[in-house]
Amino acid sequence: MEGESLLKVEDLSKHFGGVQAVFKVSFNLGRGEFLGIIGPNGSGKTTLVNLITGFVKPDSGRVIYRGENIAGKKPYTIAGLGISRTFQMVRLFYNLPAYKNLIIPLSSSRVKKLRGGKYGERDDVAVDLLDDMGFERDSLVPYKLAGSLPHGYLKRLDLARAMALRPDLLILDELFSGMAMSEVASTLPLIEKFHEEGLTIIMIEHRLKELFRVVDRVMVLNFGEKIADGSPQEVMSTEAVQKAYLGIEVEIG
Amino acid sequence: MAEVGARYRKKRLDRGIKARADTIFAIASYREILYLLLPRALPVILLLVLPLLLRGYWGKVLVYSCIVGLLALSWDFLASCGLFSLGQSLFFGIGAYVAGTLSYYFHWSPVLTLPIAFLGGGLISAVLLSPVLRLRGVYFAMVTLMMPLLFMKMIETTGLLGGSHGLSALVPFPNEWVARYLAVGAFILCLFTFRRIINEDYGLVLKAIRDDDRAVMSAAINIYWRKTQALFVAGAVGAFAGAFMTHHYQFVGVTVFALDYSILPLAASALGGPGTFAGPALGSMILIPLSEALRALGGLRIALYCIILILSVIALPEGIFHYIERKYHQFERSVRIG
Repeated sequence: MEGESLLKVEDLSKHFGGVQAVFKVSFNLGRGEFLGIIGPNGSGKTTLVNLITGFVKPDSGRVIYRGENIAGKKPYTIAGLGISRTFQMVRLFYNLPAYKNLIIPLSSSRVKKLRGGKYGERDDVAVDLLDDMGFERDSLVPYKLAGSLPHGYLKRLDLARAMALRPDLLILDELFSGMAMSEVASTLPLIEKFHEEGLTIIMIEHRLKELFRVVDRVMVLNFGEKIADGSPQEVMSTEAVQKAYLGIEVEIG
Repeated sequence: MAEVGARYRKKRLDRGIKARADTIFAIASYREILYLLLPRALPVILLLVLPLLLRGYWGKVLVYSCIVGLLALSWDFLASCGLFSLGQSLFFGIGAYVAGTLSYYFHWSPVLTLPIAFLGGGLISAVLLSPVLRLRGVYFAMVTLMMPLLFMKMIETTGLLGGSHGLSALVPFPNEWVARYLAVGAFILCLFTFRRIINEDYGLVLKAIRDDDRAVMSAAINIYWRKTQALFVAGAVGAFAGAFMTHHYQFVGVTVFALDYSILPLAASALGGPGTFAGPALGSMILIPLSEALRALGGLRIALYCIILILSVIALPEGIFHYIERKYHQFERSVRIG
């Protein structure tokens, strides 16, 4: 684990009716770390993200971010503290040009404070950001309506929207779902670059091969509980993980 | 060999000036300048000239149209951030009573009461409705529908602020011209200010809240604070309208909280086409004079009025303004097929 702790989750629990979505999950995330979260469908990964980002209030437990308990705070407060996320189902403004989608995070007080951005420069900042994400500026793609863009672009636009906040912690909720191989291949280096620049990242992903290439550490959830936490090799050789993932017991010779 | 007669089809082309952004135009000729300027300048000129031409009764109708227009603009502003109001009369009534009280008890002139009602009305509206901002759609609408009724009954039963008799003999405007041009000026100013705001980043965020409030929250924007600001602006404009009418009639009574002031702006917005401010403004400029013109019909007036309203909504669900705007930006010509 590098550096001091940025995020510390303690015994976080949430149930919806009779379903225990997340049960007593605890983990620690160091500054600059890259954590992968995996688990079968319905294992509570997205709920965990919603709990950390304030979209769902926890039943019990604490989320310590930079020494402060943020559990139960409003989503915009948490985002303002520097925790930014993407959505599994992208949430964008389809009737706006792509770059205008970034105006919304860029007009938050967090970005104003960090950038000291003057009015009217936001459009340029937005286009610059999209250029970094592979929206070729000269192709006019950034100026097209978001609704007219293909799925891979929308996912990257959602990533750009999250990055526009200049986060300290980026949470990616199945960024690669629905992306073509070539799109994944072009997006992965971007995320690696963010990490190299010192950004702390939590990544939920079903594409294990791509995930294992970039993360330092993997945590596995099953039925809302943490069943393993460690390096990709360690975790995948755990019996419980193999059981949960493959549904069968695997003999390791 | 049988000749097939030439057939034509209608071809639509989008006119318009190529621009990368909607704020920058590349203008090449006077024609293009006119093309851009005319739809904005014409209504303004018309509104500025009309008070001079109209006499007596129809002058009053113009003033009333502008006042309902202000309420409709205020309605559209709230709607732009997803707040659907059925209680424009709340803003109208608050403004009317703030101005009325100051004028009746302290004999303050409209020079003082109008700005106070404008700011104070906005503040009171924002404070009153901010607890229900978390309610969405129909629940927010229901609360706004109830609020004016609450005020009406409270004033009636407690007898405060003149009770059911109202406050009369209030300070009037210096003369009819001041009143007319104040109403028209406020209406034009509000229309163009709102259109400006909504196209800037601030308005973009408001519209984004309407489209997907969770996405806006995840962009570190306090949506409840933004909605409160929208309430303040809409409340202030509505309150100004109410305060104006108080001084214009030199009277304020509980009828300022009546359903009329909630429904008329809504009908005007539906007729003109919500979402652009120009639509609701146009709608009230059509609706109010129309309703006055039908007055001669006596009892049938309301029935006919309703029929016209229903027909227009069925025929042009997008609203008159959207229709005109679309046509203005399109050529139509017949093209031979084959």
